[in-house]
Amino acid sequence: MFASAQTALSTRRDGAWHITKWKSRMESNRPAQTAQESSKAPTGIVGFDEITRGGLPRARSTLLVGGPGSGKTIIALQSLAHGARDCKEPGIFVAFEETSGRIESNAESFGWGLAELLRKKKLFFLDAQPKADLIQSGDFDLGGMLAALEAQTKAMRARRIVFDALDVVLALLPDPAARRREVYRLHEWLLAHELTATITAKSGGDEDSDVIHQPFSVMQFMVDCTVILDHCVTLGVSHRTLRVQKYRGSGFDENASPFLIENGGVVVNVARSRTHVDPKISNERVSTGVERLDTMLEGGYYRGASILITGYSGTAKTTLSAAFAEAACKRGEPTLFVSFDSDCNEVIRNLASVGIGLDRYVKNGCLRMISARAISGSAESYLVRIKNLAQEHGARCLVADPVSTWYKSSYDTNAHSVADHLIDWTKGKGITLICTSLFDEMTTRIERGSTLQISTLADTWIHLNYLVQAGERNRGLSIIKSRGTAHSNQVRELILSDKGVTLTDTYTAGGEVLMGTLRWEKERAERIAAEAAETAAKLKRLKLDAEEAQLALRVKSLQAELVSTQAEIALLVRSTQRREGEMSRGRSEIKELRGDDETIADEKGSPR
Amino acid sequence: MTRPPQFTFRLFVAGDAPNSLQAVANLAAFCRDHLADRFEIEIVDVFREPKRALAEGIFMTPTLVAMTPPPVRRIVGTLSHTQTVLLTLGLLDSAP
Repeated sequence: MFASAQTALSTRRDGAWHITKWKSRMESNRPAQTAQESSKAPTGIVGFDEITRGGLPRARSTLLVGGPGSGKTIIALQSLAHGARDCKEPGIFVAFEETSGRIESNAESFGWGLAELLRKKKLFFLDAQPKADLIQSGDFDLGGMLAALEAQTKAMRARRIVFDALDVVLALLPDPAARRREVYRLHEWLLAHELTATITAKSGGDEDSDVIHQPFSVMQFMVDCTVILDHCVTLGVSHRTLRVQKYRGSGFDENASPFLIENGGVVVNVARSRTHVDPKISNERVSTGVERLDTMLEGGYYRGASILITGYSGTAKTTLSAAFAEAACKRGEPTLFVSFDSDCNEVIRNLASVGIGLDRYVKNGCLRMISARAISGSAESYLVRIKNLAQEHGARCLVADPVSTWYKSSYDTNAHSVADHLIDWTKGKGITLICTSLFDEMTTRIERGSTLQISTLADTWIHLNYLVQAGERNRGLSIIKSRGTAHSNQVRELILSDKGVTLTDTYTAGGEVLMGTLRWEKERAERIAAEAAETAAKLKRLKLDAEEAQLALRVKSLQAELVSTQAEIALLVRSTQRREGEMSRGRSEIKELRGDDETIADEKGSPR
Repeated sequence: MTRPPQFTFRLFVAGDAPNSLQAVANLAAFCRDHLADRFEIEIVDVFREPKRALAEGIFMTPTLVAMTPPPVRRIVGTLSHTQTVLLTLGLLDSAP
């Protein structure tokens, strides 16, 4: 249900990148494995080797105890197949309960290549089911089986062995003493042959449990490692957990770890991961996909941060997270988008209407979209699958929308620890995680509490809200917290249009942020006021210009007047002088003509 | 009057384990008491011939396989309960 066509379509470049990454991971694991080779036999079960710090105790026996359907046989067989296939440790599977043919065909779907291993004689199934027509008379022991196994072990140089459902055969023994004796016999035999053994046994769930209890309690003290499997159903949701009860001579993770039976076998989800204690802290910013939001957050989210987007139903949580996914794909970063509440194609279509085109990225393999509606099960199962897919895809960005679904599927604290774990895990991997969480008006106090609990873990918390004003409902965005980033304290309006997602400036009036029509009205009023002011200024300018021109004109005419007056004055002066000159010259000429000399006296002293 | 059938037994034992030794003794006594001269016993030591045990699917020892008369019957254990053995071999009715 997961293996969609999208993977097959992924480009060659992405594929190559993925493979090299995987290889490097394998190589980095190898030295650790060789160092522990002397004492641990890796099981190849994701997570289990982590819990046991390397695998099962080598050349010792491990007891797998669990109720019906708890996955004992699968774990035992997977570990055996891994040994035979990848560790050059041939194995024998002794089936006391199911026939080997049935076990083989059941395991076929896991793709462990059992048929090939059997053909190459790296794996051997021994059918040791007590025959239906078996009649018992008196005491017996398992000597025959051990003799047969000894021959087989020598023939194929087996290093590992599984006794599946040992309780079935022990139940045939007449008394507890005989059972204990056979358990000891088996144990001695295993130690003598230095086989890495896995013994599975039922616990509880059936009336025989009393019968087998005693020898198995002996067994639990005898073996070096005990793993308890549990399968329970709470509120109709199945939970599988695995717990290492004891492990001689080694540290181990003592907590119950949820596990899943997947397409490829068992996957154990390590509860608290030691391997992830050193997250890669990055100062790099990644775009939120909304330009103005980037600005609000000083450039975007931190790479590897976990971002929580909360909001009521329909507040554009998905859109906002998809905008981020689109931006990531634009940068060419492999991205995983997990939708918990709708179908992938539906999500793509809906987002296309707000200008977020995820389609092409799905086609080119950059984006992988998963609808988690297809996943049934507990929160852990979601987590394990998300982790697997993210790893498979080599995702650098992860969107989980909305994680609040987890609270529905598991009523207890599991969901919280799962979300916790997801955040831890993505941080450890340097994956930028966006989870959205429904903030339902109807949610109970407890659920709300859980949402808030994640919010303490998230680095950035964006809350989307409806603001109802003047008969309108508008989307408001506020950044409640953003670690290590200065951020705006103001509520912004989030606008979805066919061109995309954007934020608008906000207007505050009377202590309230204006949105929608009110904002528009305010904007318009401002625009009109500005226009009016501009016109008035222009008018005034014109008036003044005219006045200036008038004055200049007046200055010019006055100047002209001045010039003409000056000219007149000059003319007057000149003509006066000329006349005076003429007159004096005339008088002297007359004197000369008269020839008298009294002119001078006359000229000097006579009054005019 | 038909001739009583001939019995062929194969007893798988695990070396000289106490169970096995007891089974051998019990079988011998049983045959002497109930089958007079119409029996044949083969004793297979699984430690010496593990392949045979594997081939026959013998995992618990001692195991008695009654080859003839048909059908083949198997009895696991020391054969200490004579009644069970008689019943299994169908000898209870014809017993005198």
